[in-house]
Amino acid sequence: MKISKNEVENIAHLARLKLDDLQKEKMAEQLSHILQYVDKLKDINVESVKPSSGAAFMNNVLRDDQLQESPGPGVTLANAPERDEDFYIVPKTIK
Amino acid sequence: MELHELNISSVRQLLLKREITSFDLTQVLLQRIEKFDGKIGAFITIDKERALEQAKKADEDIANNNISVLTGIPIALKDLLCTKGIKTTCGSKILDNFIPQYDGTVVSKLKKNGAVIIGKTNLDEFAMGSSTENSSYQITRNPWNKDHVPGGSSGGSAAAVTAGFCCAALGSDTGGSIRQPASHCSVVGLKPTYGRVSRFGLVSYGSSLDQIGPITKDVKDAALLMNVISGNDKMDSTSAKIDVPDFSRAFDQFEKNSLKGMTAGIPKEYLSVEGIDPDVEKVFNEAKKSLESLGVTIREISLPHTDYVVAAYYIIAPCEASSNLARFDGVKYGFRDRSTDDLIEMYKKTKSKGFGPEVQRRIMIGTFALSAGYYDAYYGRASQVRTLIMEDFSRAFETCDFILSPVAPTPAFKIGENIDDPLTMYLTDIFTLSANMAGIPGISVPAGYSAKGLPIGIQMMAKRFDEMTLLRAGYGFEQTIKLGVRCEL
Repeated sequence: MKISKNEVENIAHLARLKLDDLQKEKMAEQLSHILQYVDKLKDINVESVKPSSGAAFMNNVLRDDQLQESPGPGVTLANAPERDEDFYIVPKTIK
Repeated sequence: MELHELNISSVRQLLLKREITSFDLTQVLLQRIEKFDGKIGAFITIDKERALEQAKKADEDIANNNISVLTGIPIALKDLLCTKGIKTTCGSKILDNFIPQYDGTVVSKLKKNGAVIIGKTNLDEFAMGSSTENSSYQITRNPWNKDHVPGGSSGGSAAAVTAGFCCAALGSDTGGSIRQPASHCSVVGLKPTYGRVSRFGLVSYGSSLDQIGPITKDVKDAALLMNVISGNDKMDSTSAKIDVPDFSRAFDQFEKNSLKGMTAGIPKEYLSVEGIDPDVEKVFNEAKKSLESLGVTIREISLPHTDYVVAAYYIIAPCEASSNLARFDGVKYGFRDRSTDDLIEMYKKTKSKGFGPEVQRRIMIGTFALSAGYYDAYYGRASQVRTLIMEDFSRAFETCDFILSPVAPTPAFKIGENIDDPLTMYLTDIFTLSANMAGIPGISVPAGYSAKGLPIGIQMMAKRFDEMTLLRAGYGFEQTIKLGVRCEL
């Protein structure tokens, strides 16, 4: 499959990436190249084959709720680039 | 042999006989890193003070006869493993200032067993790459020939072990990232069965593919580290509730029975892969003969979907990556771009400035393959092909105990040779990707050298949770071929 510059723009928005014009062109070229190779998957008959999402044991891992001490916001927020006490700060979302 | 060349077992003996102290050993290694790592670039962070503190503590423990499996042994960690209080960058600028508030499970286990954490090693950014050229910090050079890559993504760990900067290291393997650099650097690399080792505290790349494993100077050391890091963990629900054997027992068996009665399968599809280097072929054929001399029966097997492995992998891994890496949004940790007051713009600028080109490429492929209208044709189909690949292996293991193959089609390539051609780089992963797709264990053992003196390893893969067979066969092979060449820095 070939990917156009417009499509790259759309995917980049979904992925929350910001590419300049030159990067978009290079990305379109490289993605097209990779996807053209990947298109060989279409040659296999996969009718009635179940998909595998992984190789883990496919059983549920359950346990009863347990009361445990929380590390607290001092620890969980320690790496936040911007915070106000126990809160993350992000740019204003409602305008 | 000099101190920095010794494996874990020999160092342990010297420590227990009080012939050396962990403090002196750690200092010798730190001095060696200081002297030579400028040319190699194996480490992102060297934790000198803390390492010496841990070494001092280990010496006290030894004096008090309070001795664990790894007491006083200096070990390096791929910088994708969270270490409490020590910067963990994942080779990315986006985590340049990230200091984990906890230790990953394998790190706690190493510490509990007395290991000295000497530093954090370089890698392709977020483990995406096969050459360690995609690190945002530095490239790592192959200690055997500094014009060549060490392989990747655990290239820093493999280079550090082969250069004698540590006794052993941990890496992670999503598509060959332990086995391939081990092969390129002439050290042993083991990717355990998916679920054998807890992934808690390993920064996620492809969650259904990632496994942590040892990179060591020999097979016995790999077993020793496997004994420490394996086991179910309540912090990782995909870690298997299955008994962990004493892996060092693999070698008792060897001394008694050699490898008689074992069958190795060679996939006929692997031999017709395009672009296999003649030196790799030569070393592989010699390895085959060595195993035969140990009593192993070699037979041809078939993995019919081999030709589709790279295509399926390079959809599935980027899909998982695009989802996993969404968390680096400039809010919870790491770098944030502050040039805008719009939230979406902040996300976009943060990611594009923070991530390198290969990471952005994989996020783009994954986002595309999971997007409305393309999901079924790409992610859905690749997951179905994954089932077919898994079935190939189940069938193959009905007629052999392990599968024998090269690790990579060529010895380590030159720095810069493949950097502008992502697809060519992806295609070099052909022999290692399947083990991750099928969740089975694989080991890379040094097997020889190319005409130009670059190391070449062989790979063995076994049934799920049968690392024992790999260790046993790997050890037998290692003992038979006895590679004596030293790596001079």
